Amino acid sequence: MPQLRIFTPLTDEVVESLRIGQRVLLNGVIYTGRDAAHKKMVELLDKGEDLPIPLQGQVIYYVGPSPAKPGRVIGSAGPTTSGRMDAYAPRLIALGLKGMVGKGKRSPEVVEAMKKYKAVYFAAVGGAAALLARRVKSCRVVAYPELGPEAIHELVVEDLPVIVVNDVMGRDLYEEGVKIYAGQ
Amino acid sequence: MRTIDVAEVTAVVAELCKKANFELGEDVLAAFKKALEDELSLTGKDILQQLIENARIAREEEVPMCQDTGFAVVFLEVGQEVHFTGGDLYAAVNEGVRRGYTEGYLRKSIVGHPFRRQNTGDNTPAVIHTRIVPGDRVKITVAPKGGGSENMSALRMLKPAEGEEGVKRFVLEVVKNAGPNPCPPLVVGVGIGGTMEKAALLAKEALLRPLGEPHPDEDVARLERELLESINRLGIGPQGLGGRVTALAVHVEVFPCHIASLPVAVNLNCHASRHKEALL
Repeated sequence: MPQLRIFTPLTDEVVESLRIGQRVLLNGVIYTGRDAAHKKMVELLDKGEDLPIPLQGQVIYYVGPSPAKPGRVIGSAGPTTSGRMDAYAPRLIALGLKGMVGKGKRSPEVVEAMKKYKAVYFAAVGGAAALLARRVKSCRVVAYPELGPEAIHELVVEDLPVIVVNDVMGRDLYEEGVKIYAGQ
Repeated sequence: MRTIDVAEVTAVVAELCKKANFELGEDVLAAFKKALEDELSLTGKDILQQLIENARIAREEEVPMCQDTGFAVVFLEVGQEVHFTGGDLYAAVNEGVRRGYTEGYLRKSIVGHPFRRQNTGDNTPAVIHTRIVPGDRVKITVAPKGGGSENMSALRMLKPAEGEEGVKRFVLEVVKNAGPNPCPPLVVGVGIGGTMEKAALLAKEALLRPLGEPHPDEDVARLERELLESINRLGIGPQGLGGRVTALAVHVEVFPCHIASLPVAVNLNCHASRHKEALL
């Protein structure tokens, strides 16, 4: 199956060209974040303050890596369940976030926000964390170091393998993929 | 009477925590390879290939297969002729978890209180299940359990009249509702009977059986086959993106129950099905 290489920051043109089921190799700077970091970011927005990371055209990877062994860039780093970030994601999408990488279904509100503001949701393979970590070329904490593995890390990734699950058309691979094989 | 110093238990638990996170079971690897043949979805096949490659990297480089290195669930089967010396047995188990998770660069995923949620910093405490058995040996099993699959597990107290059909409906409902979240292809542990907590424990213990080994009771083995077939017709597939292989195995354990009850617990496990054991 042909794979498409894309580079961050993502432009509207690239985002709008992506379709569910496409296998994509993600390249460039991305940011990590889980529930705790999302909660803190939304609290800042509520207070009218600036976020610790840029959002325009950016991608957030839902991951809490394991500790890096000595001499390694990062520990194992596979996706966590995205649904826990659903309460916060629409706010960030409205501010220019273009991509999210995780695993599991998104809420109708997130799917709607992706359609409205042109953003995509990618799945990485849950449990392929040692393989995915090899595609991370650099890693540094940029916010909330007190959160440990849940801190926001800036990663530089090379050919991180992901699959488009929700596109700007509002389609959902979790729903459509299962329908194809149900009953077989 | 055989004397065992609890320091031995600590060392073994530390080793098992690392091994369970670094090394995919041979039975699971064989199940991946079979799944690769059975799967029709190209995305599904690609996912299975990534998982096989991931297991190779993790084993060779001694890094965890998954960043969620789990809650350390420890099963102790203690021979009744064993006398432990050198301190508190459970403290020794927790010391083993602390050491294994620190030395192995495993993620510390435990918070000390369900509401206050401060990380304990060393992945303790473990969840420890102890069984006293005849003999003078001690069997230790460490089964690190990830949050994604544990969160989608469920228990229901059925009415006895709902019978086997009710159990099947419930198991399918749990797997369907879980969708992609528990990281399919799954291993499905089902506990039927006993009390509420007994059913849950049976479901957890069912996950420890080698994949593909049917229950010794032919009737239970038939139920396992039928459930596996129905689950794999749901279409959920690898990672929930559609496909034929939603579960690698279904393991059922049964226990007598009260005249008024039919408890059923479904404990879902991700594709890695992590557990390693040692005999002292």
